[in-house]
Order: sequence, then structure tokens, then C-alpha cells
Amino acid sequence: MSSRAMPFRGSLTSREQVAVYDFSWPVVVFVPLAAILIQIFIPVRVRYFPIIDLPLMVTIFFALARRNPVTGCVTGCIIGLLQDLFAGPAHPLGMYGIALTIVGYLASSLGLKIDVENPGSRFLITYVFFVLHQGIYYGVAHGLLREAQVWSWSHVALSALANAILALFVFAFLDRFKRR
Amino acid sequence: METFFGRYRNLIVLAAILFAQVIGLAIQVRRPTQLGETRLIRLWAISAVTPLEKAAVHTQTWFQDIWKNYAYLRSVRRENRELKAELDRMKIEQARLGEDARMAQRVQALLAFKEQYVDTTVAAQVIGTSGSEQSRVLYLDKGSNDGIKTDMAVITPTGIVGKIVQVFPQASQVLPLNDQFSGVGVTLKDSRLQGILKGSQNGATTIQYIMADEKVTPGEEVLTSGGDRIFPKGLPVGRVVSVEPGKDLFLNIRVIPAARLDQLEEVLVVTDIKEKMPDAKDLAPIRASDILADRLPTVPNKPATDATGTAKPGTASARTTAASATKPGGAATATTGNKPTTGTAGATAPKPGAASATRATGTTGAPSNNAAAGPTTQPKPKKPAITAPTDNTTGSQPAAGTAANPARNRTSPAVEQSPSKPNQSPATQTPPQL
Repeated sequence: MSSRAMPFRGSLTSREQVAVYDFSWPVVVFVPLAAILIQIFIPVRVRYFPIIDLPLMVTIFFALARRNPVTGCVTGCIIGLLQDLFAGPAHPLGMYGIALTIVGYLASSLGLKIDVENPGSRFLITYVFFVLHQGIYYGVAHGLLREAQVWSWSHVALSALANAILALFVFAFLDRFKRR
Repeated sequence: METFFGRYRNLIVLAAILFAQVIGLAIQVRRPTQLGETRLIRLWAISAVTPLEKAAVHTQTWFQDIWKNYAYLRSVRRENRELKAELDRMKIEQARLGEDARMAQRVQALLAFKEQYVDTTVAAQVIGTSGSEQSRVLYLDKGSNDGIKTDMAVITPTGIVGKIVQVFPQASQVLPLNDQFSGVGVTLKDSRLQGILKGSQNGATTIQYIMADEKVTPGEEVLTSGGDRIFPKGLPVGRVVSVEPGKDLFLNIRVIPAARLDQLEEVLVVTDIKEKMPDAKDLAPIRASDILADRLPTVPNKPATDATGTAKPGTASARTTAASATKPGGAATATTGNKPTTGTAGATAPKPGAASATRATGTTGAPSNNAAAGPTTQPKPKKPAITAPTDNTTGSQPAAGTAANPARNRTSPAVEQSPSKPNQSPATQTPPQL
């Protein structure tokens, strides 16, 4: 078990130091893989499951826990590209990759500044990052690739709410794999 | 310089990763993969994941089967009764539809339409999805090892699902109707208007390219038009739920797919579509009067038969065959029983049986048995065009057609042919075809 601590800079919390967590390599490899497998398998049986984005949650979780922007954006990039692989032939590789890279970077940068153990902050973080993720995807698809995309605020808001609620449980489950 | 990189290390790494991905996107967009072509990395990823998905799905199916087949049998008896009753109803319905279908086949032959029908299918199970809202592709557990190829149609008994877009050895990828990159040629069942059914990002399906001045009513059924060369013509697609004026002078017609695209488990992949031209020889020359005659009611006229029920040579039923084989349009003398009458062959067979008999004899020279089937399209032996009354007519199965359709006996004017040489009758001209 490794335990590290980083000096706290620019306080948004009352703590003087924020904990930096580590994970064993099987967790680092198999949790994102499991998230992607569940994401492509469950919608066959559960109708509205596609509004849930497990790979995004896993990216946010690892980024927040490690608090290292480089690791965060690399993790996001890899998970995003894996997600791209299964999204069909009309879906170029890199669309989710770009979105999750940015989310991973920002989440880990945010993890340096605020308390991310609190369920309330986790809820808000997931909510905001889901909207951001959708916005980046929309921007890439519409702006770079000129794909016809529909943006619906209500749909995004509801999906973000569902993801934020589920993220509380997912994060609580993944907390078990943390090493200090 | 070292300080710069040290200070902005995170941002530089982020920019580098994003830059690499944007370049990758640009390359893919500039050189899009051809249809059916698969990127190697996708092949590896999907090949690695497919066995896991298959195992999970089959395990789940196994448990479901156990539950359904052994534990949950309470309503089976009642269901069985209902299904039997439905089967009886279907049989009656089938008989009625069969007749209509035969009529349609004849008309189709006249118009030289090619008939398309699903010949062979492969059953497959849906084992996965894209997992995102932006793409709605599905994964099937059958791939190139099972004979699946790109652009094959994927259907269910309730309606079409989509088409195969990528094939892997153990799996294949389906682009469903409601995907934004999907397009299917469709026809509205009642109005016969044709358009293209497109999916959208939110999963709604709409028919495009139908002019705003056309009348389309909600509830109308939508069928495949066959124009896309992927789906056979006439398969159910869905039902119109709303019609609104769209942009560019076209209607915006929203359709609910007939197949439950969000709850698919088993599907059929159409691996072979046969195209055949209905054989006009089988159908024989048809005249408009024949088609009309088939539909008109008739008064049965009992033919003269002997004790065994067979028609006697030289009686009306025997001569009628010759009558129907005469030159159309020419004045002829016919004998009905012993009473000679006159008339024109063009006016022959105004009754159902007569029409059929006329066609049968006109083409094949086998006047008796095929005529019995009325307007059916049974294969007939090839013989000289027209025959005089022969032993066939008066033999063991002579009156099948004529006795069953005796109306002909009264009304068929013809030149009576000498039956001196059975099956070697003087050929006469067939009736004019449409």
C-alpha cells in the first residue's frame, strides 16, 4: 500500500493536504474494460441504458483519485479510444477519445483543488463533466466532422442527472480499490 | 526552456494527445473506409470482446430457457387453445389470400415484374450494442464463418431491423433503421408513395422525399420498396405516427418501426434473396375477359356424365375443350350437347371455369385436368398449342375441368374438331395476349 500526499495549493477546501491514491494494475486495466463491456452489453436488455456513460464515470473517478493531469488525460484518451472502437464504422476513432482526454485532464486538475470525497461534490462534478463531455463530443462531431447533430438541453440535463446519481454508487464501489 | 516544459508539462501533454487525435480524425475523414472494409484495430477489439459477450448472452439465455421451459408453464395450456383457434382462423384466411396471390401473380406476369422473396435466412442473436447514444449499431453473434456478408438485410417476423455493415469472423455489426446513418427505401402501403426512411441521432425514424402536396395519413403502414436492393420488397417497416410539413417542400413523416429495435434479442439475417420472373408459360395467356370472368359468379350447369361420372365422348364437356381452342375472333359453330350454336371465340368463357379452361388449352393442349384448378398456376405438360377433344377429355379424368366448370358448355362457341387422332389435333391460334 502506498500513501502519498501533495501540498495543497489554492484552497477550496479546509484541508491542508489532499490525498493521492494509487491503484493496482489489474484494477487500472480491468475496471475500464469492464465498464466498456457493460456499456455495450447491458443496452441489449435494458432499454434506456445508453444514456448512462460508465466509461466517463470511470475516467472521472481515476482522474479525481490520482490527481495527476498527465495520467488523467492519458487514461481518458485510452478509455475514449476503446469506446470509439465499438461505436460503429461510421464513427471515426478519436471522437470519444478527445472528449474523455479533456475530461480526464480537467477532472484530475480539479481533484488537486477541491475535496472530491464528498458525495455532494461528486454529484456536481459528474453532472458538470457529463454536460462538458456531451458538449465536446457535439463540438467535435459538428465542428470538425460536419456531422448532423442534435443538441437538446433537456435531454442532456436529464442524462447528466441520471449519470450523477449513478456515479455516487459507482464511485462508492470503486473506492474499495483505492490504495493510499 | 527546461523550466518552460517543466512548468507547462501537463498542458503540453494534453495538447499533444489532443493534437494526435485530431490528426487521426482528419486522416480518417479524408480516407473513409469503404463499405465492408474493417480497420484492423476494430477487428482485433471486437474479436477479443465477442467471445465474452457470447458467453454472457448464452449463459443468460440458458437460464431463461430453463425458467421458461420448465418453471413457468402455467399459461401454456390456455395459450395452446388460443393458438389452435388462431391457426384455424389463419387457415381460412390463407385460403382466401392464396387466391388473391395467384391473381396477383398473373397480373405481375403480365407486367413483367420480377418477384423477390426471402430464400434463406440465418438466425442470430443480438449480443451487444455500441453502448452510446450517438451510435445505435448492434452486434450479432454470427459472422463471416456463418455466411454473413455486408449489406445483408436483418429482419424479425414483425419487421425489418437494419442491414449488416461490418462482418467479423465470429460477429457482425448491424446498422439499425433508427441510426442516423441509415437509409431504407420504403413504400406507403395505401398511397403507394415511395420515400427513404432515415434514422436520426435521437432514434426517431422519418420518411423523407415525399412531396408536401401528397396526402399521407397517420396509421398507414410502411413497407420496403425493394429499391435499395438490400431489403426484399413488401416487408413491414413500421407505421406512420405523424405527418407534418417539413422544409424544402417535403413532408416530415414520422414512423414507428414495426420491430422493437430497443428490445431485440433474436433476428434473422437474409442471406439469399431470390429474384424470379413469374413464368408466363405456367400462367398461360390471359385475357382481360378471363380475369373478369374469374371474378364473376356463375350458375353451375351439370354436364352429361355416365354412370361412373365421366363425361361421354362427344358430349358437351368434350366439345367444349375444342371450343375453347378455336381461333379467337373467328366465327365458329359450337355444339352444346346436340344443339349447334354460333358465336365468336372472343366471347368464350365468360364464366370462371371457362376462363381457366381456355387458358389451359390455349397454351398447353392439355385441356382437362388443369382446367379443373380454375385460375391456379399448376405446371402443365408441354404439348402442341391446341388440341381437339381427345381421349384425355373423355377418359378417366375427362370432365374434371369441364364438369367442375360446366358453364363453359353452354357458352363456348367453337368449331368442333374431329377427334380422329388423339393428341394430334389441328393447331389453332391461341387467344390474343394482353
